[in-house]
Amino acid sequence: MNHQSEKGMTFIVKTVTKLTLGFILLYGIYITFNGHDAPGGGFAGGVIVALALVHVMLAFGKEASLKLLSARTLRLFMATAAILFLYGIFKGYPKAIFGNEFILPLSEMIIVSVGLFVIFIALVLVPKSDKRSE
Amino acid sequence: MIEINILLVFMIAAALIAVQVKDLLSSVIGIGAVGIGLSMAFLVMKAPDLAIMQLVVEILSLIILIRATIRKDLPFSTSGRWAFNTISTIIFLILFLVFAYLSFANIHTFGNPAIKTSQEYLSHVQGKAANLNIVESIMLRYRAVDTLGEASVLFAVVIGVLAIARRAWRRDGAE
Amino acid sequence: MITYFLCLVLFSIGLFCAVRKRNIIKIIIGIGIMEYAVNLFFILIGYRAQGRSPILARDQAITNIVDPLPQAVALTAIVIGLAVMLMLVALAIRIYERYGTFDITKINRLKE
Repeated sequence: MNHQSEKGMTFIVKTVTKLTLGFILLYGIYITFNGHDAPGGGFAGGVIVALALVHVMLAFGKEASLKLLSARTLRLFMATAAILFLYGIFKGYPKAIFGNEFILPLSEMIIVSVGLFVIFIALVLVPKSDKRSE
Repeated sequence: MIEINILLVFMIAAALIAVQVKDLLSSVIGIGAVGIGLSMAFLVMKAPDLAIMQLVVEILSLIILIRATIRKDLPFSTSGRWAFNTISTIIFLILFLVFAYLSFANIHTFGNPAIKTSQEYLSHVQGKAANLNIVESIMLRYRAVDTLGEASVLFAVVIGVLAIARRAWRRDGAE
Repeated sequence: MITYFLCLVLFSIGLFCAVRKRNIIKIIIGIGIMEYAVNLFFILIGYRAQGRSPILARDQAITNIVDPLPQAVALTAIVIGLAVMLMLVALAIRIYERYGTFDITKINRLKE
């Protein structure tokens, strides 16, 4: 298990992940932006995007996925989404001429996906990487 | 509505399995079955938003629970006053169910809701709104500050989990 | 009426698991079952027989619709439930690293 979580899974899983990652991300974005006419919304789309990232990390291991999304990138996404969300809230939904019904689901999706991915990294990989020294 | 009763019986059976089975991995899979049944129940109850949400949330929490509990031990002991505590808990639950059943006389019967509070939202949703999904319209239009609180809960959870599971914290604080 | 009662039976199963079990993971599972039952009870309260789901077509009158407000409330409650479950799992992992067990009756010593 430890060897697997460092190096990732087998060749078959990696190939299937490469093939399906784009479709999962596209489906998450579709759920997000179609949410105001059909079932869906920012949170569900964000969880789907987070599941795609988790999929990559389970298949390729910790190093490859953190090379794809470094800690600086995650922090940048999170801060940008928080500022966008505050902007959307304080501007007010009904008064918006253009773009506010676009901004709120987008920022919520980024917050949810990045936050859940960070929580997954913290819960799964950090306690495994350091052992008790006592 | 016989479908929702069948789904509820399925969920109760899966919950009993999840509670009583000894293997932790089987227990986690049992709660996964309860979640999938709940998603189907939302779909039968005409709430497709909640069905999508429950399905994806269930998958994520299942992954995290499995990764957290795999290859861990399982203590099971019947020491102490095991029989007395169990019987008193069951008596308490039976009393709870009896009084809850008596209190059902005060709410409306199943299938005839008194839509009072939503009437205000529904009267506004038709004219100027561009949203066709009324639930999303209520979430983002009338209760947007509520959504802000939801997002801030997520930020708080990220900070809390990172503070709990951090490496340097243990080196400085614990020993 | 039997539907409400079955939903409460599900709730009481979760309550029994959270009160009576000794394993932390079992307690988390019990809390999760209680949360599921409460979310389902919200939706059962707002259900109308032969009602339509609250997704409209364009320029359609609102008639015979299920109550959308409990759905919006439960949508928030699911998010909070996920957050609570993640926090509890983080605490359980830390307790397992510290004490080497999930049994709550053995987690009673102070620091030595």
